[in-house]
Amino acid sequence: MTQLRLNLLLLLGLALVVPLSLLAGRVWINPLAPETHNASLILMHLRLPRAVLAVTLGAGLGLTGAAMQAYLRNPLADPGLFGIAPGAALGAVLSFWTGYAASPWLLPVFALLGASGAMLLLALIAGRGGGVALFTLAGLMVSSLAGALMSLAISLSPSPFAMTEIVTWMMGALADRSWREVWIAVPCTLAGAAAIYAARRSLDALTLGEAAARSLGVDPLTLQLQIIAGVGLIIGSGVAVAGIIGFVGLMVPHLVRPLTDRRPSSLLVPSAIAGALLLLVADCLCRILPLASGELRLGIALSLLGTPFFLVLLLRMRKGLSW
Amino acid sequence: MSLATENLNVGERLRDVSIQCRRGMITAICGPNGAGKSTLLSCLADLQETTSGRVMLGERPMRFKSPRERAQWLGYLPQAPDVAWDVAVEVLVSLGRLPWSDAPAGENAKAIEDAISAMDLEELRHRPVSRLSGGERARALMARVLATQPGWLLADEPLASLDLGHAAALMRRFRQQAQQGRGVVLVLHDLATAMNHADCVVVLDKGEVVADGPPETALTRDIVSRVWKCRAQWLGDPGERALSIASPSPASERGMRILD
Repeated sequence: MTQLRLNLLLLLGLALVVPLSLLAGRVWINPLAPETHNASLILMHLRLPRAVLAVTLGAGLGLTGAAMQAYLRNPLADPGLFGIAPGAALGAVLSFWTGYAASPWLLPVFALLGASGAMLLLALIAGRGGGVALFTLAGLMVSSLAGALMSLAISLSPSPFAMTEIVTWMMGALADRSWREVWIAVPCTLAGAAAIYAARRSLDALTLGEAAARSLGVDPLTLQLQIIAGVGLIIGSGVAVAGIIGFVGLMVPHLVRPLTDRRPSSLLVPSAIAGALLLLVADCLCRILPLASGELRLGIALSLLGTPFFLVLLLRMRKGLSW
Repeated sequence: MSLATENLNVGERLRDVSIQCRRGMITAICGPNGAGKSTLLSCLADLQETTSGRVMLGERPMRFKSPRERAQWLGYLPQAPDVAWDVAVEVLVSLGRLPWSDAPAGENAKAIEDAISAMDLEELRHRPVSRLSGGERARALMARVLATQPGWLLADEPLASLDLGHAAALMRRFRQQAQQGRGVVLVLHDLATAMNHADCVVVLDKGEVVADGPPETALTRDIVSRVWKCRAQWLGDPGERALSIASPSPASERGMRILD
């Protein structure tokens, strides 16, 4: 399948699912007989921002997943591995600490600060040589440091009420989001996507290994900064508005890769569209699943879906099937 | 135009290395394991941090406006490179055009085609890398370097996994590239290939240059015996030399005994 046809097909799918997602939910809206009570209110203030967020975050996760796998030359890499998501989560947890109720902007701003801190630390540790191995180590270090600080913050939490709130928040979800979250996620995701798109040729060159990539004109330091900025902005803002959503970044590039020529740059756009599609569908399913107490959290649903997928992936890899 | 090093030092790996490679010629770098051959080649490719000394391109120390300009000048094939994604041969070769990504599409397509036919890969062009044999893969990776059409071709053991026929074809291809005015620098393990095909041979041992010059003077029996620690003798006529290796020299026998 050619690149263009794949992208058009995926876009077509997205164009079909977006309107459907607006109609589905606890209250079903019939477009032919729109007499539902408060239909326009539900659409404009609940469903539409939620759909926009699902598309933005899904696209961001798919794109960063493809970029991270290309950068680390490893099909098991996930954008969540490298300290940025835990950094953002740490920021969010600290905002609960200082009193979440103070302002609705407090949590996302704290989360973005946490993500920037993680990005800065990554750049400071790994940015000297620009090597991929050091980057991986730095990422794991930042990740476990942020994780430990987060546990500390939770364990010292001032009230059990705040603790519950933190734990629920960490299980990513898109329920009850508003346009405010959209205004945070969309610009950050676009800026991050621009950074990753600028790195696409360097990612292609990395197919041949670091030495060959450098000989093909890749500046490892520039590439690393592009990756840190791109992944940081996208994942940081994503965690800030929706908590931690796992597995999309790992899964989507795998689903898409066999349909492309497997060149890392060919994977970026279809991964983004497919990620948007996957998150939107998953969110709709969470919404309409009849659960006694509220709705299934998106983060949980995706992890439930993702774990068996990961297992199949590992088994296939052991059998030596190619990527 | 030449590519040269002046009193180059890289830690303990290269000591005071001064060599000169010329355009239009094939220069071979030979030496036993751990002699610093690959380090020297990556210095010439401007990919290695040096302790002291200089690498000269022409009359001036090597300096490029951008990594991309360097990539257009110096084509580099690392030793036994791995390919991360299972791309088709054609896609792999096209990566060689990355330094020229703003050149006209037709020019890029032609360079890719030329490289594919030069490495005899027409029938394999759609095959994924994972289904290539070691030698086919080596040819595809070499085609990637040729596709760049750089001023200098620097290859680390390009013949390592090629069969006899394809090794001979690749050496002919290197000669052709040299005749077109490119500089060719190869790390070679097979001394007979260096003897028969190189215009100039640099022999390295423990990071130092032991001999440097035309193969007949750089790879003499004495030097081969001293550096590789085996008693060797050249057979045949110039251009068709073969190396005959006799029983181990007393020096290596001593080494064996210590190991025992």
